[in-house]
Amino acid sequence: MSDTATRAPAPAPLPAKDGRSPMPLTGLIRWETALVGLLVATLVWASSESATFLNTTTFFYIGLNMGEIAIMALPLMLIVMTGEIDLSVASMLGLSGSVLGYLFQSGWSIYPAIVAALLVGAAGGALNGFLVTRLSLPSIAVTIGTLTLFRGLAEVILGTSTVGGYPLSLVKVGVEPIPHTHLSYSIGIFIVLAVVCGVVLHLTPLGRSIVAVGLQSETAHFSGIRVNRIKFGLYVLSGVVSAFAGILFTLKNSSARYDAGTGLELTVVAIVLFGGVSIFGGRGTVLGVVLAVAIVGCVNQSLTQLNEDPQVQKIVAGVLLLVSVILPNSRVALQRIRARTRRRTG
Amino acid sequence: MSTAVESPPPVVEAPVRRAEALLRARELGIVVAIVVVFVLTTLHNHAFAKSGSLQQLLTGASIIALLAVGETLVIITRNVDLSVGSVVGLSAYLVGDLFVKHPGMPVILGFVVGTGIGLGIGLVNGLITTVTRVPSLVVTLAALYIVRGIDALIVHGRRIDPISVPKSYSVVGYKAILGVPWIAIIVTLIVVAVGYAMRSFRSSRELYAIGSNPEAATLAGIPAGRRVVTAFAISGALAGLSGALFLAEYATVDATAGNGYELSVIAAVVVGGVAIFGGSGTVIGAALGALLLNTINQALVASRISAFWDQAIAGGLLLGTIAFDRWLSLRIARSLRSAEGARRDV
Repeated sequence: MSDTATRAPAPAPLPAKDGRSPMPLTGLIRWETALVGLLVATLVWASSESATFLNTTTFFYIGLNMGEIAIMALPLMLIVMTGEIDLSVASMLGLSGSVLGYLFQSGWSIYPAIVAALLVGAAGGALNGFLVTRLSLPSIAVTIGTLTLFRGLAEVILGTSTVGGYPLSLVKVGVEPIPHTHLSYSIGIFIVLAVVCGVVLHLTPLGRSIVAVGLQSETAHFSGIRVNRIKFGLYVLSGVVSAFAGILFTLKNSSARYDAGTGLELTVVAIVLFGGVSIFGGRGTVLGVVLAVAIVGCVNQSLTQLNEDPQVQKIVAGVLLLVSVILPNSRVALQRIRARTRRRTG
Repeated sequence: MSTAVESPPPVVEAPVRRAEALLRARELGIVVAIVVVFVLTTLHNHAFAKSGSLQQLLTGASIIALLAVGETLVIITRNVDLSVGSVVGLSAYLVGDLFVKHPGMPVILGFVVGTGIGLGIGLVNGLITTVTRVPSLVVTLAALYIVRGIDALIVHGRRIDPISVPKSYSVVGYKAILGVPWIAIIVTLIVVAVGYAMRSFRSSRELYAIGSNPEAATLAGIPAGRRVVTAFAISGALAGLSGALFLAEYATVDATAGNGYELSVIAAVVVGGVAIFGGSGTVIGAALGALLLNTINQALVASRISAFWDQAIAGGLLLGTIAFDRWLSLRIARSLRSAEGARRDV
């Protein structure tokens, strides 16, 4: 990929057939620029609608509301980059919270319980990875199965009871910002993870391999990339990170419930796609996902402050998602329609 | 020349017939699984075989089975429709609202309106997918949010109560003739009709061609775009009809009606032997898949296994089915290949 780019710098980068420009970076920069523009527009609109929007409390709450979703979006993004998907993330959030709550209730101290919850996450991710890579089953079907399985196990473990009473030093992640800042702990952790993810994906051989797997799995395989090992590793990572999000979620609400985060999986997928990650794999940036998180967080928060029906958030999210995928494709689509009408008339 | 036409070489036909037989065996396998679950549960709890509980099996599976029919058409073309659950919710509420406002309305109109609403949404899904070439997973995920949001805005915290649904309408949901519930008869008729069409009509065979290889299908002169739009339109229309049936069955509709159905439907379709990447599978298999999943759920209830285990077992079974299916298809492929080889050796 980089080879052709250095050897033959195209004079005028024509868009390729699928709307992707031949030099991947130019296309990417354009999409992220659009997201930055959208973010600025959202901020301007929100602060003009509500005078109290632009203040630190607002941003603390945005972070608090988006934290777990944002954290789960990172490993999912990497999985989507390889051309697979993981729909079990939200169920893993519920399962790890339930394990944490159950163990804590049975007298474990909090830190071993947290470690156990993370191990459950690793095991769940390994199960996904095993089924997808070893048995080469379609990941969408597998993870719909584990979505049900993990949620079901959470229900078996905790039933309808809720477990609270965690140490105050940890529960403060849901009430206080990180000292000397206005960031919630969860979003702070997200930023750190996003930087790590960005460096790994965009600056290391491993990251290039992930992109290569997503672009052409077979070519990657014959180039000596261990496709299955990478995919397996990413599923384990996704399990652990989702379990970690579940721990944060439990501590934030100071209660563990088996149905925590039900249905969030599609929200996380929507954010990843809105961030410009191609569902077919091989294309996307961590920056795009971070911007998507920021935009969705700001829109939701401002709609809440305007006392809009919470359902409006859903409509806005859907429209944003739709527009974000249609716009990059629209030029190609228009060209095709024009060509067709020309063929008809001419 | 003419003799060659009259007697085509049996070599071509044998694998075709064999593949067809295996497809039939696939559906037979699901039927056997349903019977096994049923018999085992009845041995454990004799009440399970009573007619009331049999009706419960059919009624409970009907809506998911009907949705699975439309979803199958879409998945066969290598697309997916995630919006069906939201369409069920919107259609159920709007039809109910119609009965509230016009109590004397002819009952049949309820079904017509419901189907029409779904048809409209399905057409929009299909057109966006084919014109912009945006992956249908993204388009219908956005539609899931937008339609659910619109539904919730219209519902606005209200609810359709059984009292406002005409008796002659809700009869469809609970009355039975000769022990078979009305709703199950309607769904069975549709399944059989669509199943027949999928076997016999040229345009529906083309759906399989599109799913097996979209480029080849287009090159072969198949109007792929039009066919895919039709598949989405049918899926939407059946989802709208399912909404109308939902109203008849439950007679209570709020903003959460049909929530999360999309993943249950895909689970049923996958269990029913439809390949998630398109090109193969039958409508009847998908409907039987829905019946199997519901039978398992009811069996768990009847076996007095704690309800907390329901989801976990359902998820485990789903994974087991997918894995078993994979193993089976690998074996079939191997046996077909060796049969082919043997013939060639002769």
